[in-house]
Amino acid sequence: MSAMHHVLVVGHGPAAHRLVERLRAHGHRGPVTVLGAERRPAYNRVLLTSVLDGTLTAGDLELPAPPDGVRVRTGVTATDVDRARRLVRTDTGETHRYDRLVLATGARPRIPRLPGLLTADGRLTEGATTLRTADDAEQLADGPVVVLGAGALGIETTLALLRAGRDVTLVHPGPHPLHDRLDDTAGALLASRLRSAGARLRAGRAAVEYRPGKLVLDDGEVLRADALALCTGVVPETTLARRAGLAVRTGIVVDRHLRTADPRVHALGDCAEFDGEVPGLVGTAWEQAESLARILAGHDTHHRAGRPLLRLRAPGLDLACLGPPEPSGATRHITLSDPARGRHAALALDGDRVAGAVLIGLPRAAAALAQLYARGLPVPSDRFALLLGTPAGAHPARVELPDAAVLCHCNHVTKADLLRAWRAGARDLAGIAAATRATTGCGGCADDVRLVLASATGAPATPSTGAQATATSATGGNGAP
Amino acid sequence: MPDSAPRPSVATHCPYCALQCGTRLGHGASGTVVEPSDFPVNDGSLCQKGWTAPAVLDVPDRLRRPLLRGPDGRLAPADWDTALDTVATRLRRIRDEHGPDALAVFGGGGLTNEKAYLLGKFARLALRTSQIDYNGRFCMSSAAAAQNAAFGLDRGLPFPVADLDAADTVLLAGANPAETMPPLMRHLRKADLIVIDPRRTKTAERAALHLQPVPGTDLALALGLLHIAVSDGWCDKEYVQERTTGFDAAWRRAVTWWPERVEQVTGVPVAEQRAAVELLGEARRAYVLTGRGAEQHSKGSDTAAAFINLALALGLPGVAGRGYGCLTGQGNGQGGREHGQKADQLPGYRMITDPEARAHVARVWGTAPDALPGPGRSAYELLDALGTEGGPRALLVFGSNPLVSAPHSGHVAGRLDALDLLVVADFVPSETARTADVVLPVAQWAEEEGTLTNLEGRVLRRRRLLPPPEGVRTDLEVLHGLAVRLGEPAHRFPTAPRQVFDELRRASRGGTADYSGITYERLDAGEALHWPCPERPGGQPHPGTPRLFLDGFATPDGRARFAEVDHRDPAETPDADHPLYATTGRVLAHYQSGAQTRRVPELNDAVPEPYVEIHPDTAERSGLREGGTARVTSARGTTVARVRLVGSMRTDTVFLPFHHPGAGRANLITATALDPRSKMPEFKVCAVRIEPGSDAP
Repeated sequence: MSAMHHVLVVGHGPAAHRLVERLRAHGHRGPVTVLGAERRPAYNRVLLTSVLDGTLTAGDLELPAPPDGVRVRTGVTATDVDRARRLVRTDTGETHRYDRLVLATGARPRIPRLPGLLTADGRLTEGATTLRTADDAEQLADGPVVVLGAGALGIETTLALLRAGRDVTLVHPGPHPLHDRLDDTAGALLASRLRSAGARLRAGRAAVEYRPGKLVLDDGEVLRADALALCTGVVPETTLARRAGLAVRTGIVVDRHLRTADPRVHALGDCAEFDGEVPGLVGTAWEQAESLARILAGHDTHHRAGRPLLRLRAPGLDLACLGPPEPSGATRHITLSDPARGRHAALALDGDRVAGAVLIGLPRAAAALAQLYARGLPVPSDRFALLLGTPAGAHPARVELPDAAVLCHCNHVTKADLLRAWRAGARDLAGIAAATRATTGCGGCADDVRLVLASATGAPATPSTGAQATATSATGGNGAP
Repeated sequence: MPDSAPRPSVATHCPYCALQCGTRLGHGASGTVVEPSDFPVNDGSLCQKGWTAPAVLDVPDRLRRPLLRGPDGRLAPADWDTALDTVATRLRRIRDEHGPDALAVFGGGGLTNEKAYLLGKFARLALRTSQIDYNGRFCMSSAAAAQNAAFGLDRGLPFPVADLDAADTVLLAGANPAETMPPLMRHLRKADLIVIDPRRTKTAERAALHLQPVPGTDLALALGLLHIAVSDGWCDKEYVQERTTGFDAAWRRAVTWWPERVEQVTGVPVAEQRAAVELLGEARRAYVLTGRGAEQHSKGSDTAAAFINLALALGLPGVAGRGYGCLTGQGNGQGGREHGQKADQLPGYRMITDPEARAHVARVWGTAPDALPGPGRSAYELLDALGTEGGPRALLVFGSNPLVSAPHSGHVAGRLDALDLLVVADFVPSETARTADVVLPVAQWAEEEGTLTNLEGRVLRRRRLLPPPEGVRTDLEVLHGLAVRLGEPAHRFPTAPRQVFDELRRASRGGTADYSGITYERLDAGEALHWPCPERPGGQPHPGTPRLFLDGFATPDGRARFAEVDHRDPAETPDADHPLYATTGRVLAHYQSGAQTRRVPELNDAVPEPYVEIHPDTAERSGLREGGTARVTSARGTTVARVRLVGSMRTDTVFLPFHHPGAGRANLITATALDPRSKMPEFKVCAVRIEPGSDAP
């Protein structure tokens, strides 16, 4: 399409923001208009838990101003699309023409059916709030909090509120937190990590009634809930698309060009269903924004979905879920469970590739496996080192060094050179330095040299100041054939 | 003492890296001998390169006579007059036919200040060309661009090296001083080191924390560290408020780089990102230092800027005992970029597009401002244009070996071949010299006087122990000889270094790098003079500026500038044909293109041939064995190297040192994508495949 077409974007979340920025980067020069329902400029929703724990303010989450020539209308909700005339109407009475329309309407929180939760006019009862927007995060009431739902958001929210010193109870109908992603062992470990962080956990319980200040559970327990945070999932926001007659299943159905059945209408992010999936992850939304920006700027390309992974924003917990809970094609399973130290790994392999994994408390493994999984790379042969996060060769044992081992790297002095100098009469560091130049560069080998001297003399070695003098140079041969 | 008399011994500096270790040179039974001095950067230490430096003075194939390529295509000895006449005649002819920009000059970051200065003047006055740049473009330019933007001034370290002795925490981003400048490690013994490097280098082995990112993702990591510094409460808000501008825009970029996202892009665990910021944040004395690993990318200046942003958020720059700095690489990498051999600059670190700067320098040079050419092509752009329509047809090379050191060197070889005239001044027959039409043998470090400026902006005296061998001239004499033959008045191109320096002082006066208050006398008296050091007529001499920015930054409002930078992928990422990352770097035993160090037996024995480091798993999958040869191929070419299995390598990355010539040149595969601001090529990351070499079973 022409790089001069008018692109109208409905929605102003992170996906829309990224799309607009990348449009310019990929050469689109036409006018761009963005309609945002919230009054704020675009902000990074992912970090709302940082507002809850008090480390950032809602204002801190603001994203960069849009590129020149992009018109952003905030506090404006699109009400209907006239596809025949290529117009969008808004609740403020505006009409906006488009050449290409992008629906980036996101998702809205799922409100559970819970007696007392809604007032007669359909609003949330006092004290209850969803956690989708910056306003939500700022409005959370003081006092003891009940978090309803222990999915990713519920867990992150619980831990954030605990960091802020709040009294938190986490209520979850499943058998353990994140039960649709974790097996029992991992779930039990996560539960115990949440408890040790200070949360009261009510798993396997459903809420049956909410009254301001109180939440009643199905076993009759009444929890004090000055604030009730609803972390009960999201629903793709497809109202506008349905009204416009576009195909909607879970989300707005789009093809590999992120296009609806109407070639002039696209959708992306949390409202869009691509290849049967609505991952609801900002990483996915941004990948789609990148693809769609290229497509709208006229590049001959299409979208390829990345491999989604769930990585909780919860310092110290280090929880990652890669792939589906029961990956197809997995031929081997490796499990490492160390609940006493809060560590657990379940790795499903298809040949030497990662088909899926659940990791808790293994920060290095989480980082390494996420990369191998996302890029489809083979896992290293030393799988325990991988899971435990100890890079091979990082901590070589102190062994008897071969004579060719280079001990002073700065001056390329081998153990044999040192022994030769010792035999010629060099008995201390100064003598060794004069004879071989060892220790005269960076000085880091002094302890190693002392050890060799001591072993040659037959006396116990006394390295200075407990420095970690590992003989890592043993691998430093010069590569000569 | 007259310059020509032999001296029993002299205090001087090592000829290699930017640390410029102090040495004393004397005469021993078997030739020149060197001892380290107690100069503050090395304090009695030297690495193997420094100890063996005298061997370069009389390598067997030292150039001692000019060489001219004859009709038979071979280089044959000639006398100086013939050689210089030939060069001048051919330069004139080419200029007459194609205009002055058909003549080009390629300089080096190892040249003294005097040579760098006179080379720039020679290009602009004697050749009248805009086409001059130097290999420092491949070295320092990204950090220079970032520092200029942030602080209004670029000096590698804005504080003396010895200040690092007291540091609690030092972050080294893409720097491996344990191999590239070992004596620096003596200053880092107290500090907890945080080392960012895709490889577990000798420096990383000493680190309290080693972050091992995917090649080409340092910028994401730096943004992530800034994110944590702000969100975890380490940001020095009062400092940011009072001493900086632009925080909000920088933060709005960093706000999208929360730690979990950074982990996915860089592979650096969230917990380690946090640990790094904590180590920096808790330290009373913290430093952030960058090296080529972070800078030699098509986004190198933004990456350096992102590390400066981090340092600013933590309140480090311009505070005693804290700071940001860049570890300059080449011996005179600092001074070499200040005095006019850069395509866009005039002496004193002035911009060639600045009318005031042009007027000042033209006055010193005794010419009209309009007579000075404008900015020329940057280093790689210059090499890429050689022999093309509208590109230079003659090239003079001083102190550089681009055939080995430039990226995509197979292509560069073709461009050099396409020239009508290639002239190389060197003291050994470097690979580039061997392809030249005219080779001019010049003096080297222990045979000449001059000054260099080390990585801490301190101006140092290089002193002469020996006269140059018979038949060898100094670079200044060569420039003089050519300039006169091109019709320049003799006095414009002095041959005495001191005279050139005095002119450089005048030319730099009032500039950013103001040397006007620095004299040979003051340096010889042992004064430690860091620029800027303006002349104060009549008053007490200026003491120099060891620590910059304590009272304010060199920007118009005195505030440092945060940069609004964001991450993007390198120009090349692995694909099915080229599934691995390759990164290049240095080994301790060699310096730059290896033209000097490969000629020193002890150094050559240490690393006699190119090698490739690879993870054992990756090697096995590729059919490679330890000690066998491998062919490493990118979209641009193939290099051959000996296989070394290294268990600490990332499985997706191979590493090659770049000091070797011929078929083992690492730069046969490196990428030519340039940083848009600094014009730095992307040496540090490209996509490759690796296969067994011809010795495979």
